[in-house]
Amino acid sequence: MPAPNLPLLPRPLAFAVRPLPTLPLTAVLGWMAQRMARAHPTLLQRMGQHAGRRFLIDPTDFPFVLLLHPASGAISAHRRGKLPAYDARMAGPMSAFLAMMHGAEDGDALFFSRDLTIEGDTAAVLALRNAIDDAELDLSVELTAASGRFANVTRRALARAEQMTGLTLHRVEAEDLR
Amino acid sequence: MDLTVGPNFFFWDAATVRGFYQSVAAVPVARVVLGEVVCSKRLPFWQDEIPLAVESLLAAGKAVAISSLALITLKRERKQTAELLQLGLPVEINDLSALHNVPQGTPFWVGPLVNVYNEGTLRWLAQRGAVRVCLPPELPLASVAVLAGIGRELGVAVEVWGHGCVPLAISGRCYHARLHDRSKDSCQFVCAEDPDGRDVQTIDQQKFLTVNGVQTLSQSTASMARQIEPLRAAGVDALRLSPQIGNFAALCEGYAARLSGKVSADALALQLANHGRPLSDGFLNGAAGVTWSGSLVFRQTLSGFEQEKRLL
Amino acid sequence: MMELVCPAGTPAALRAAVDAGAHTVYCGFADETNARNFPGLNFSRDELAAGVAYATARDAKVLVAINTFPRAGAAQLWHRAIADAKTAGAYAVILADVGLLAYAAETHPDLRLHLSVQAAAANPDAINFYATVFGVKRVVLPRVLTIDEIAQINHEIDVETEVFVFGGLCVMAEGRCSLSSYITGQSPNMNGVCSPASHVDYAEEGRDLVSRLGGFTIHRTPKTAPAPYPTLCKGCFSSGDQTGHIFEDPVSLDASHLIPALARAGVTALKIEGRQRSRAYVAQVVRTFRAAVEAQAMGLPMPDSALARLTEGQAATAGAYAKTWR
Repeated sequence: MPAPNLPLLPRPLAFAVRPLPTLPLTAVLGWMAQRMARAHPTLLQRMGQHAGRRFLIDPTDFPFVLLLHPASGAISAHRRGKLPAYDARMAGPMSAFLAMMHGAEDGDALFFSRDLTIEGDTAAVLALRNAIDDAELDLSVELTAASGRFANVTRRALARAEQMTGLTLHRVEAEDLR
Repeated sequence: MDLTVGPNFFFWDAATVRGFYQSVAAVPVARVVLGEVVCSKRLPFWQDEIPLAVESLLAAGKAVAISSLALITLKRERKQTAELLQLGLPVEINDLSALHNVPQGTPFWVGPLVNVYNEGTLRWLAQRGAVRVCLPPELPLASVAVLAGIGRELGVAVEVWGHGCVPLAISGRCYHARLHDRSKDSCQFVCAEDPDGRDVQTIDQQKFLTVNGVQTLSQSTASMARQIEPLRAAGVDALRLSPQIGNFAALCEGYAARLSGKVSADALALQLANHGRPLSDGFLNGAAGVTWSGSLVFRQTLSGFEQEKRLL
Repeated sequence: MMELVCPAGTPAALRAAVDAGAHTVYCGFADETNARNFPGLNFSRDELAAGVAYATARDAKVLVAINTFPRAGAAQLWHRAIADAKTAGAYAVILADVGLLAYAAETHPDLRLHLSVQAAAANPDAINFYATVFGVKRVVLPRVLTIDEIAQINHEIDVETEVFVFGGLCVMAEGRCSLSSYITGQSPNMNGVCSPASHVDYAEEGRDLVSRLGGFTIHRTPKTAPAPYPTLCKGCFSSGDQTGHIFEDPVSLDASHLIPALARAGVTALKIEGRQRSRAYVAQVVRTFRAAVEAQAMGLPMPDSALARLTEGQAATAGAYAKTWR
């Protein structure tokens, strides 16, 4: 039984993003990842030896896959036709990843219901999932802070994007869960 | 190093039990443990054989001990455990709660189903009166060596699992009954249909486990045939051979010959492999228990009744 | 009110549990001294101290599980864990090993000791043994007992009892199971892991998802069906002409409706399993059960449990508490 409220990325949005070259996207993601790693130093520590593994994040409703290497903070975008080498792969709608990252949905529940599937180094996936769960990441906070003096604009845009797409773009507090 | 025959885990009828202990009386083993370890419901069917078996074993010069259940829960089981002491034999506890009935100062044995993993526990049991301990089968050699050394220091004999399907788990639920859509209370004693346990395979036909009432065993037969030298070097006092259907006397003779150097590890392994289940000895090497250190190749899936044996 | 004892796999989960209404949380150090030694899980010494401070400020207690069986020759690791748990301000440590209990009782006589479910103390004689000899104050009861048996036990013992009411279910007597080490070389007793992720393999074969542990096939499910983790005893196997979940179905425990019966049986504390679960799981489950124990304390009926999505295999059982489980 799939999660009742996991939306798929709207087709127009996914379509619009498709022709974009991967390099700028990689640059932006890489920069974000570095910021987040600096803000959450225990995240890497918690991963231990698994931080050196390569994780392929495959949001199935998004034209790109992401390759994450926590130890170096590297994150890059790739087209589906040319998958990079990886040690573990997680696949599912973007909303599932965002919901899990933000504590809106439980990772195990998403795996049981097959909203998220995993392949490869299962231990590494567990380490990543537990580390991210503990870090209490908040994409909205990161993006807003990163936008500097455009913080207010960014904050409003993110709120509107959440409303329109149903994606969880900010950290969910325990009290807000049902 | 010498040999101990452990308590039979399976449900055998009285005649089989009688025949078994008659044959064991004649083999070169130093001691025998008997008693019901798995299910108290079975006792009325065979317990009358116990005094006769004890008598003939003692007459044959074997030391004899009586085992407790592995999982004591019911009131009547607690009472039965208390009564074990009245037989005038050392009691082997296979559930720590059986100690309740053993007064401080009375020597007792500890079976492989009690968790003795480290020095602290062994020392505590020794000061409480333990004189013999059979270690949990999953212990690696390094731990066995440490514990055997301490046993030597304290005058506690340390045994290891030497032969037999390994007891891996015990439960409140009866898996034999469950396979027949019954519960433990209304089992109708179906475990008696499988005197060697009932095999369980994966859905890809891999040989996996063996069910014996509330107990789960390995499907492979663990054998220390290839581990005698390291075990001796570690200071282990005895190997425990677990009863199984078939020519158990010949099995005991085989191990005795191995211990005295009359047969090689490979020769003994080949003899044992004829029984029909793969052999294993992985636990001692710190690997998965199901692995086998030797070069005999066992067919790991079911396909016909023949077993492939090749010495590489 | 019955005490609610809740799992904390990470510092964030600890805070979530406390905020959601846990009276007590339990956790472990990031090593093999506890039975949830999973990748990315558990606490450093500093994180434990911070967690205790957070909980104490909100009138909650922290228990530290040091419930594996120390390795021969390496017991100092477990001894240090006990000392460090005490220094960090833990309310009690949860132990299973006889040698470790003896050590704790002698070396830290003021430290409160709880008996882990890994000690498999399934009858009053066993419980009284641990109570008299080592001074344990509370026992976590094995999941193989019925409610009647639990009530009976409480009549014959003086220590508190703590009973699982939600989460993953172990069908074998705990702390005495070598199924995992038979297939993978790692066991909950020695290494604090069962069916370790390092030995898991998921493979798509045709229309199926096959999950294997140590090379042995545990589940083969259609790709669209729920995908349980390949816990050894929860798999689908065959024996003779029978194929099915020979040992246990991959369901988990939800005994919320049995809370009044457990209260009548004299149980002190209700335990939620799930240190390996996320803070989202912990928050939802703890909130639900806090509401339940409050209703129980006021003599009100149990609220309906809306926790189906969080239970493994998406179905729940009352476990051994109902006698037909055997």
